[in-house]
Amino acid sequence: MRATRFLALAAALGAAPAASPAAPEPVKIGALLAVTGPASFLGAPEARTLEMVVQDLNAKGGIGGRPVALLVKDTGGNPEKAVSFARQLIDEEQVFAIIGPATTGETMAVKAIAEEGKTLLLSCAAAEVIVNPVAPHVFKVAPKDSAAAEMIFARMEKMGVRRIGLLSSNTGFGKAGKEQVEKLAPAHGIELAASEVYDKTATDLTAEVTKLKAAKVQAILNWSIEPAQAIVIKNARQIGLEVPIFQSHGFANVQYARAAGAAAEGVMFPASRIVVAEALPPGHPQRPVVTAYKKAYEERFKEDVSTFGGHAWDAFHLLVRAMETAGLDREKVRAALESTRGFVGTAGTFNFSAQDHNGLGPDAFEMLVVRGGKFAVLGP
Amino acid sequence: MSVALALQYLVAGLTYGTIYAVVGVGFNIIYNATGIINFAQGEFVMVGGMTAVTLHAFLPLPAAIAGAVLVTMALGALVEVTFIRWLGRPSVLRMIVITIGVSILIREVALHVWGEQVRALPYFTGDEVTALELGGVRVSPQVLWSLGTCLAIVAALWFFFRRTTLGREMRACAANRDAAALCGLSTRNLVTLSFVLSAGIGALAGCVVSPITYTSYSIGAGLALKGFTVAVLGGLGGSGAAVAAGFVVGILESASVAVLPAAYKDAVAVAVLLAILFLRPSGLFGSREAERLRAS
Repeated sequence: MRATRFLALAAALGAAPAASPAAPEPVKIGALLAVTGPASFLGAPEARTLEMVVQDLNAKGGIGGRPVALLVKDTGGNPEKAVSFARQLIDEEQVFAIIGPATTGETMAVKAIAEEGKTLLLSCAAAEVIVNPVAPHVFKVAPKDSAAAEMIFARMEKMGVRRIGLLSSNTGFGKAGKEQVEKLAPAHGIELAASEVYDKTATDLTAEVTKLKAAKVQAILNWSIEPAQAIVIKNARQIGLEVPIFQSHGFANVQYARAAGAAAEGVMFPASRIVVAEALPPGHPQRPVVTAYKKAYEERFKEDVSTFGGHAWDAFHLLVRAMETAGLDREKVRAALESTRGFVGTAGTFNFSAQDHNGLGPDAFEMLVVRGGKFAVLGP
Repeated sequence: MSVALALQYLVAGLTYGTIYAVVGVGFNIIYNATGIINFAQGEFVMVGGMTAVTLHAFLPLPAAIAGAVLVTMALGALVEVTFIRWLGRPSVLRMIVITIGVSILIREVALHVWGEQVRALPYFTGDEVTALELGGVRVSPQVLWSLGTCLAIVAALWFFFRRTTLGREMRACAANRDAAALCGLSTRNLVTLSFVLSAGIGALAGCVVSPITYTSYSIGAGLALKGFTVAVLGGLGGSGAAVAAGFVVGILESASVAVLPAAYKDAVAVAVLLAILFLRPSGLFGSREAERLRAS
C-alpha cells in the first residue's frame, strides 16, 4: 500500500517535468538473460555488455533523441521464469523489443509468446531450431549448432577419427546439439560409439568417461554450456583416456579452460573470432569491431571477454541500426532487420533474409585450441 | 567387462560417494543436537569453498583452508544466534522454513560478494591430470584427500562425542534437553556449538571437494540434496553410517551408468532412497531404538 502511494507520488512528481519538452520518453528494451544460475556464464557477460552499450548509446543521445531504458530480467536459466518474464515485458512493460534469452531451452519456451505479442526477440542462444522454421519476429544472433557440428566433423575427418563418444547435458543446448550431431555424423562417416546425457549440475563425470573408455572411442565430443564441460576434460584425463577432446562452441569462455587447468591443453572447439581478437590478421573485416568491444569490455569489467557477451553486442547494435533506419514502428523495424545485409558484428557478418533469421554463414566459426591455458587459432 | 574397467567404475562410485558423504556428515551433528535438519548445510559447504579460494590469493593453501573453516564456523554461530536461539521450542515445520530461508539468504549474499563465476582451489597434490595408477585403475589424488578427510572427520567426531566432556554434554542435550538443563548444562550454548561444528565440517568438505566439483554461489543446494539423501539413508545420527550410505549411493550410481544410459544416474539414487525409506524407515544403519527415540 505504502509502495503504491509512493509510486503514485513519484509519478505525479515525474509528470511535472515531463510537461516541458526537454525530457523525451525513453524507448524500453527488455532483456531476458540467465544472469545467475548454471547458465550464468552466458547471461552475466551478456547483461554486462548490454548495460555498457546502452550507457554508451544514451551518452551519444539515444535513438532519434530518445534515451534507451534497458530492463534486464534474470531468468536464472529457467524456461518457466523466462516465460513469465517474457509476458511481463510484453504485456505490462510493453517493451519495443527483447534481447535474449541466452539459452536454447528458454528461447524455445518464449518463441511463441514473442510471436503472439508481435515483439521482436533477438535470441543469443545457439540451436538451429530457434529460427528453423522461421517465426517472423524471432531472430537469433549466435551461430548455428549445425554449423558448429559440421566444423567439428570436418576436423575429425581430417584427423582420421571414425569412432567418437558424445557427451551432452540435459539442457536445451545439449539436446539440440545432440540431435544435430546424430543427424550429421553419418554423412562424415563418423560413428557414435557411445552417447551419454548428464545432468547440468553434475559435479563429477568419472563413470561417464569410463563408459566412453570402454567403448574404445577415438575422440570425445562434449556438448554443454555448464561447468560440467570442464569437469569432463579433467575426468577423462584422470582415468587415462588420452584421446582428442572436442567441445561445442559453448566452451568459448576462457574461464572454462582455466577451470580445467592442465587437462584443458589441446582441447579443440569452434568459436567466434572475438575470443582470439588479437590473433586476427590486420585486414580482417571483423578486427576493428572485435578489438574495440574487447577493449571496452575488459577495461570496464576487469574480466575476459567471451563470445556470449559479443552476442548481446551484436543483437543490440543490429536492433539499434534497424530502429535508426525505420523509426519506432515495430513492423517497419522488423522489416528493416530482416533486410540487414553485410552487418559486421562480433560473431561474423550478418546477412538476414525472410528465410534466414540467423544471417551467419559457416565461416562465422574459427576452429580454436587451448594452448597454455589460452585460446589460439588451430589453423589448417 | 574387464576387471580393470569394473574397478574403474568402482573408483568413480567412490568419488561420488566421498563427495556425498563428506557433505552428509554435517547434517547429522545438528540433527543429533536439536532434531532439526539444517537445510542451509549446503551453503556452509559453499561458503567454505568460496572463502578458501578467496583467502588462497594471499595465503598458503593450509592457512586458507583453516581460515575458511573458521569464517564458516563464525557464520554457523551467527545463524544460530540470530535465527534459532530465541525460538525456544520451534516446530519442525517452522525450522524447515527458517533454515531454507537462511540458505536462500546466504546464497544471495554470496552472489553479491563473489559473483556468478565458478572457482576452485588448486589440487592439493599434483594437478588436473595427475592420477595414481593402482593395478590398472587410475585415481585422482584429490579423491584420496577427500576420502581421507571424510574418515578423519568421522574418527574425530567419534572421539569428540565419546571421549570428551563437551561431546558427552552435547549427546546429553540431544537425548533429553530438559534433563540436560536440569543437570546444569547450558543447552542453548550446546545447540550453538552444534551449528559451529556442523558449519566447520561443511566448510572443510567444501574445501576438499572444490578441486573436483568446482564451487560457485549456487552449488550448495545440489550438494546438500545428495548429502541429505545419504544422511537419511544412513539413519540420521551416526557419521560412520552416513559415510557408508554415501558409498552405497555413489557406487550404485556409478554401476547404473555402466549398464543404463547415464541420464538415469540421479533417478537411481532417488529410487534407492525411496525403496529404503519404504522398507527400512530408520535408514540402512539406523537402529529401531533410534526410531523409537525419535518418535517420542
